[in-house]
Amino acid sequence: MSKWLEEHLPKVVLAPSFIAILIFVYGFIAWTGWVSLTRSRLLPKYEIEGFIQYDKLFASPRWDVAMNNLFLFGFLFIGISMLLGLVLAILLDQNIRTEGAIRTIYLYPMALSMIVTGTAWKWILNPGLGIEATVRGWGFESFTFDWLVNPDYAIYTIVLAAIWQSSGFVMALFLAGLRSVDTEIIRAAQVDGIPTWRIYTAIIIPSMAPIFLSAFIVLAHLAIKAFDLVIALTGGGPGFATDLPATYMYAMAFSRGDIGQAAASAMIMMAVVFTIVVPYLYSELRAKND
Amino acid sequence: MTDVTHSAARTQSRTGQIVLRWLLYVILCLFAVYYLMPLFVMVTTSLKSLEEIRTGSLVALPREITFDAWKTAWSGACTGIQCDGVRPFFWNSVLIAVPGVLISTLLGALNGYVVAQWRFRGANIIFALMLFGCFIPFQVVLLPMARVLGLMGIAGTIPGLIFVHVVYGLGFTTLFFRNYYVTIPAELTKAAKVDGAGFLRIFWSIFLPLSLPIIVVTVIWQFTQIWNDFLFGVSFSQAGTQPITVALNNIVNSTTGVKEYNVDMAAAIIAALPTLLVYVVAGKYFIRGLTAGSVKG
Repeated sequence: MSKWLEEHLPKVVLAPSFIAILIFVYGFIAWTGWVSLTRSRLLPKYEIEGFIQYDKLFASPRWDVAMNNLFLFGFLFIGISMLLGLVLAILLDQNIRTEGAIRTIYLYPMALSMIVTGTAWKWILNPGLGIEATVRGWGFESFTFDWLVNPDYAIYTIVLAAIWQSSGFVMALFLAGLRSVDTEIIRAAQVDGIPTWRIYTAIIIPSMAPIFLSAFIVLAHLAIKAFDLVIALTGGGPGFATDLPATYMYAMAFSRGDIGQAAASAMIMMAVVFTIVVPYLYSELRAKND
Repeated sequence: MTDVTHSAARTQSRTGQIVLRWLLYVILCLFAVYYLMPLFVMVTTSLKSLEEIRTGSLVALPREITFDAWKTAWSGACTGIQCDGVRPFFWNSVLIAVPGVLISTLLGALNGYVVAQWRFRGANIIFALMLFGCFIPFQVVLLPMARVLGLMGIAGTIPGLIFVHVVYGLGFTTLFFRNYYVTIPAELTKAAKVDGAGFLRIFWSIFLPLSLPIIVVTVIWQFTQIWNDFLFGVSFSQAGTQPITVALNNIVNSTTGVKEYNVDMAAAIIAALPTLLVYVVAGKYFIRGLTAGSVKG
């Protein structure tokens, strides 16, 4: 008995965690998928009815807004964070004497809860007492900056706050990448008299392709999960103007009592994440086994 | 003559370089201002009186520093009908985060040790399945989790929230330790086995003493994740068990009475302090966790 245990102890140790993941990740995904095919409202039902919840979802104007917001927000947030992160990393890579302090300042927002970030920006962006009032106080009486309460622009306040929170992290990723480029090649290029900007565009940046991919995956993941920030900054409003799939799902699950819609919207979110993450994980794990 | 023009050109390019250098520092400083501005506004607003906030400017320093807003935020601000400030919720977060971090880190260490050093058939698939668990949008598990917590009798309790955080933290903690232990040569384990040491003995006497850096990274990562969590907190808590992020959101978005911006800001800083402190004290490990969580190396 004890010999059997000693032999199988590794599996016995791993088993509880693995079973937990099987049930609480994969079992739960299956449950949500199943319920998304039923007529569940306040309570789950288990008779499969087909794709009625998805039909209803795709016909819903509010879901339409949420998906459009996700793509707009995701595109701007990922694009600008990457660009800003890369520029800051390159600037910081020029033998800056106070690099440590500057890096600390650029990256600290990543340690904050998105609720804190949302609270701070909500205060800064509120038209009555925030930036708008301040600039008007300086004598620019007609200055308007009411994005937070303007349904057409409110989504951009989410982009603004999200970039503030995450761009420092992208900078840190890229800075690590810049430092890992072979210095021999760079020195050889310098000896050949190639200008610095050419060294960056032709040698250093192309060799950082894996880091671009990592940064993209992390940011895309943050964008799809963005929920706290919307709740704290705009609450999804004005109206439903800043709804994202995550807030739509939450509203259906916990305030509208529409479990079928909540499950269907969660499955669509899952599908979006799946299409981005699975190829990445597959290539990463395969590369390691080779 | 040639010497003179030569050195003139050199001085010119030297001044050019100095100007460029200055420009670089100016740009870097402007960005530092951009990142610091919200924190600055939060701190100054929390130290102003409501009167001064209404009449003064967003970016002005407080004319008269008052800590009233901090006192109110800590023990008097209203979250819905309850008016005890954020203090009880701060302790809720501590009660959730400390056991949550400890349990998920310990399990992650054991799992990582098995996956990296005791390879058996299917270990890779098990690891891949656990890894994917890190990436799911948690919305997809909210509904069944709410029901299962009810069935387990821990719905709306702090143990319930600890359980949720441990389960969905396992993927990352296992990943961290696995990636760390994979770099330790397998010969070490083999040699120890030849000497008669068993599974747990090898873990306890060889691997654990080597693990301090990765333990620090994992603890910081898990603490930041759990402390800053909002989705699980708002979905699986009830009136007395809410974590501080939920309480902060309730204070800020409560619509009754006068809007006390200084109290909102003080409450937000209190909610941010523990993770900020961790970041300032152990920033190096914090960054390593972030990059380890993204670059699956």
